[in-house]
Amino acid sequence: MTTVDTAMSKPADRTAALQRPALAPSGGGLWRRSYGAPLASIAVAVVVLIAWQYLPPMLGVPKYIIPRVSDLCLEMVRLWNHENLLRHFISTASMSVLGFVLGGLLGAVFGYALGLLPTWEKVLSPYILALQIAPKVAFAPLFILWFGYNAWPKLIVTILVVFFPILVNVLQAMRIMDRDLVNLARAYNMSKTKIFIKVMLPFSMPNLLAGLRIGATLAVIGITVGELVGGEIGLGYLISFGQGQANTAMVFDAIGLLTVIGIVMYWAVTAVESRVLHYLPKAAGAPPAKP
Amino acid sequence: MLGTSTVLELRDVARRFPGRSAGAPPFTAVRNLSFHVGEGEFVSVVGPSGCGKSTLLNLIAGLDRPSEGTVYLHGAEVTGPNSSVGFMLQKDLLLPWRTVLHNVEFGLEARDMPAAERRERALAELKRCRLTEFADRYPYQISGGQRQRAALARTLAISPDVVLLDEPFSALDAQTKLVLQKSFAETIAGSNLTTLLITHDLSEAVAMSDRILVMSDGPGRIVEEIDVGLPDRDNPIARVSRPRASEIVKHLFDALHLGERADA
Repeated sequence: MTTVDTAMSKPADRTAALQRPALAPSGGGLWRRSYGAPLASIAVAVVVLIAWQYLPPMLGVPKYIIPRVSDLCLEMVRLWNHENLLRHFISTASMSVLGFVLGGLLGAVFGYALGLLPTWEKVLSPYILALQIAPKVAFAPLFILWFGYNAWPKLIVTILVVFFPILVNVLQAMRIMDRDLVNLARAYNMSKTKIFIKVMLPFSMPNLLAGLRIGATLAVIGITVGELVGGEIGLGYLISFGQGQANTAMVFDAIGLLTVIGIVMYWAVTAVESRVLHYLPKAAGAPPAKP
Repeated sequence: MLGTSTVLELRDVARRFPGRSAGAPPFTAVRNLSFHVGEGEFVSVVGPSGCGKSTLLNLIAGLDRPSEGTVYLHGAEVTGPNSSVGFMLQKDLLLPWRTVLHNVEFGLEARDMPAAERRERALAELKRCRLTEFADRYPYQISGGQRQRAALARTLAISPDVVLLDEPFSALDAQTKLVLQKSFAETIAGSNLTTLLITHDLSEAVAMSDRILVMSDGPGRIVEEIDVGLPDRDNPIARVSRPRASEIVKHLFDALHLGERADA
């Protein structure tokens, strides 16, 4: 019952917001809608942080199991001053972005190629499915055996992890392609290259960007696993190092920073998405991009 | 009233498709199709659903080749997509990521034409279809009727010799449909365009065309040809109010055996 209610009230809210965008709200309903939720989110964060700081000591949980928030901050400063945190952070961030870009490019290229060559898609689809299901991060030790303790294993794991959601999404767009749109372009005597660039590519954009959004979050996972398994640099390495030292605060800090990298990458893709897909009617209800 | 020269001609055209399963007999969509459309003439094709109207359209647009017979355009055989044929479907097929203006330019982009000239022609076409003020809107921002007019503007922008309309009004509500039929009729009459309209709406066929071809199904062939012979081709609303128009509709109704059909 509740789900039905929310589903039905959503479009109505959207229309209402569209119809009076700049008007001063009557009764403060609109105000509460735009500022209420973020304020509540911040309040939740404050409550959780306070509980985290004071609850474990009260319950007698030792610091090496759950370090307090203040310990995390102190450890962060120590990491910055003595452990070259910036270097680790930049290494992980740049490798994540690189892996994401390469994996995304490869996934898109293969997705379009297989979409244009249905016979090949049929031949390869069982293997694509198998590889898609296989846990790609489990290949990391194998890549270390093959390529040694350098940047390649984690980069390849990341590329593999990012590759599939993007491939599958692009392929999906090519499958649901509006044949009539393609026929229209053909009837105008358009060359195949032009049809691809002017019809197929823009048509697949929503899917490509959805794939990229998933890929952005997976890239951080790929890099982290690569760093955990082998290497001397990166936040994943700090996690494994901190674990060896029983330095729980260090592990928590590294996890926090990894999450930050993931969030920033996800946010960057969504920003691009709202720019590129501005022509979709539902964009009106999405968080507004800067005009 | 009609131009003397033949623009479009079909001679004994048949189109068969392979059977669904191996060994199944081929499916004949249309056969023995022969007709011609003169310059500036407006011809409608009516028939039950599944009588091969869309196959006919694809054959003329050059998207498909006949199994037998030949399609001629200005006396030359149609062997592939031809930029002198414009076609328009029930779906407006506007590209959602383009503005109305850029959508109208779409057909011209297949040609080597300077961007400025393309823009100029698209704007002229928008003006003719009374859409100038919507040039910078995206398809989702305009109404269904406006979208169909934009699709017509795109179709006309390539200056086609023949315009193929495949049920362009059937997705619209009754009032929009009447207004749009009038708007299309004015535009088409004003440009002396050769037009082939495929429709299942009998009164629409009578209101808009010079000649009506009645198709029957299984496989599709032409069973009757009716000369409408009414004035006011540019004003369908005035035309359908004439008694002779309802006579023709009644006749078509009988010709298609609509009264006896139980399936739809």
